[in-house]
Amino acid sequence: MSRFSLPKLSPPLIALLLAVGLFFLGGLIRPGFVNATQAINIVRLAAFLGIIAAGQTLVILGGGEGIDLSIGAVVTLAAILAFRLNEGQNELVPLALAVALAAGAFIGLLNGLGVAFLKIPPLVMTLGMAGVVQGLILAITQGEMIGDTAPVMGRYISAPLVLGIPGVVFIWFILALLIWLLLERTTYGKQLFGIGVNRVTARLSGVRVPLVVLVTYTLSGLLAAFGGFMLLGFTQTVFMNLGGPYLFPSVAAVVVGGTALSGGKGSYWGTMAGALVLTLITSLLTAMQLPEAFRQMTLGAILLILISVYGRQRGLRQ
Amino acid sequence: MNERFQLKYVSLRQPYLFALLLMVVAALVNLVLQPNLLELRVLNGNLRSFLPLMIVTAGQAIVIMGSGIDLSVGAMVSLVTAVLVTQMSLDASAGQILLVILLACGVGMAAGGLNGFGVAWLRLPPIVTTYATSFIFSGLALWILPRPGGNMPETFARWYRQATPLGIPLGIWVAAVLVLLWYLLRKTKYGSYLFAVGGKPDAAYATAVPVTRVLFSTYVIAGLMSAFAALALTLGTSSGDPRIGAAMTLDSIVAVVLGGTRLSGGQGGVAGSILGVIILGLIRNIISFANVPSWYQTLVDALIILIALAGPGLVQLIRRRRVA
Repeated sequence: MSRFSLPKLSPPLIALLLAVGLFFLGGLIRPGFVNATQAINIVRLAAFLGIIAAGQTLVILGGGEGIDLSIGAVVTLAAILAFRLNEGQNELVPLALAVALAAGAFIGLLNGLGVAFLKIPPLVMTLGMAGVVQGLILAITQGEMIGDTAPVMGRYISAPLVLGIPGVVFIWFILALLIWLLLERTTYGKQLFGIGVNRVTARLSGVRVPLVVLVTYTLSGLLAAFGGFMLLGFTQTVFMNLGGPYLFPSVAAVVVGGTALSGGKGSYWGTMAGALVLTLITSLLTAMQLPEAFRQMTLGAILLILISVYGRQRGLRQ
Repeated sequence: MNERFQLKYVSLRQPYLFALLLMVVAALVNLVLQPNLLELRVLNGNLRSFLPLMIVTAGQAIVIMGSGIDLSVGAMVSLVTAVLVTQMSLDASAGQILLVILLACGVGMAAGGLNGFGVAWLRLPPIVTTYATSFIFSGLALWILPRPGGNMPETFARWYRQATPLGIPLGIWVAAVLVLLWYLLRKTKYGSYLFAVGGKPDAAYATAVPVTRVLFSTYVIAGLMSAFAALALTLGTSSGDPRIGAAMTLDSIVAVVLGGTRLSGGQGGVAGSILGVIILGLIRNIISFANVPSWYQTLVDALIILIALAGPGLVQLIRRRRVA
């Protein structure tokens, strides 16, 4: 069976080209879509998804059916905690950030313990944890969203900071640099790719697999919480399902960016490009003012096409 | 002490025994909190409310045994619900009802077929594929039935709600039929193919098992089961909601795992998965009868489920420590 193959371009580059193409397609569909303001706005929206999907990238790279389905709930929890604790006061922002990050990291740690030591499949463990976090949110808030967002958060996260570019975009790129360093220049990074390719060979060459898994899920919780904090700076308010809509797009961004769901192969650059592609698709569908039913169907069809272009698994005959 | 140790050993070899134990405990607690649980009317009502999830979970179990996963079952339930309540007229004759049910089954199988095509022929990862198709299905459901409503012939629905053939609740009949069908299926060539495909697809392919067709069929079965679940749901409520299935996807996966089927495939069964559904239902019953303050209900529910999911792993961890 001859398979459809793309010319030798790296998946992150394909996704980036696709994003640019989609942007100009937006201009054809809706005149006035292509301009600097709109471009900055899209990158800003993509930054939130990109930051939230950073932990997902690490977890998926680590293989072993790794996936973190608690990300959406952690995003919401972090935003709600930050909203409660900073009470609209700039001085309380560091405290709010610290508590939100600690909560996220703790939930990630529990996920890691379940996956690494109790051998619960990641999908089930993180799914169960998502339920617990959702329950925790209800128990904490009792349905009332008390608190406020500090002015400083809006100023440095979502409002234009330098050259009309909002702070979150800079934060996103700094994070990308840090993750690149983490993956390519540290022992942890090498070990993560190692366990993603093959857990047995990694263990035999001296990698403490459970420890790497534990760190990875903890980082995922931490990064999701950071994403939730950032998101609060954008929305300025919180609600029950704030993070929910980011859960599966975080997985989709990773896949569209060319990271294999089986682990061991991929990069955060890919996820960033994937986040741009997904954000563009959603923005385009919104700009076209389709009814919700058609928006959902189109999104599903586009996702399916994207996955079939470069999310394919190894064929049986190979 | 020695005997207890042996019991633990047996429970590790037979994963669904843990589910059985869990169900007995849950049922006893439930019985204490709700003494009339075993009255036929109450039992029938309870089991009937578990019925749609039971049927969906049977389909999900087959997909998972083939080492896949179907995140679109809920959306397929929504889609078929929309088809059912818009095509059914209130005074439909038996023949017309049958025709609409056949149409519903066709829609479910076609939806499952799309998943199967993506996963089996295009070799796309099941998680993202079925997630993508779930948007297509729920979008279609919203298009066909923009807001909750629709029809279901009252006599048919009343029969469904009150039927207790031979004095046994309908829920038990359906569970028995599902388990029986599964045992028959497992004995066939298809059954062994399914385990082979789920366990070691490469080896299965090398030994001339029609891997692609078997994988495809599991998703079609899941689609068909979603259609039956949609029928049970609409009969239970006499109307349709285009978003009704949304909550069922994750519940079905949790139930399969509670029932001792591993997500890695090649192992497990439908009987355990149905136990999983009953456990989920009993836990929810217990929480509503135990007067847990409403803001804490979700937390308690999720914690119990998480502990139940972690249970077999915990037992194994303790056992390993003891041996070591």
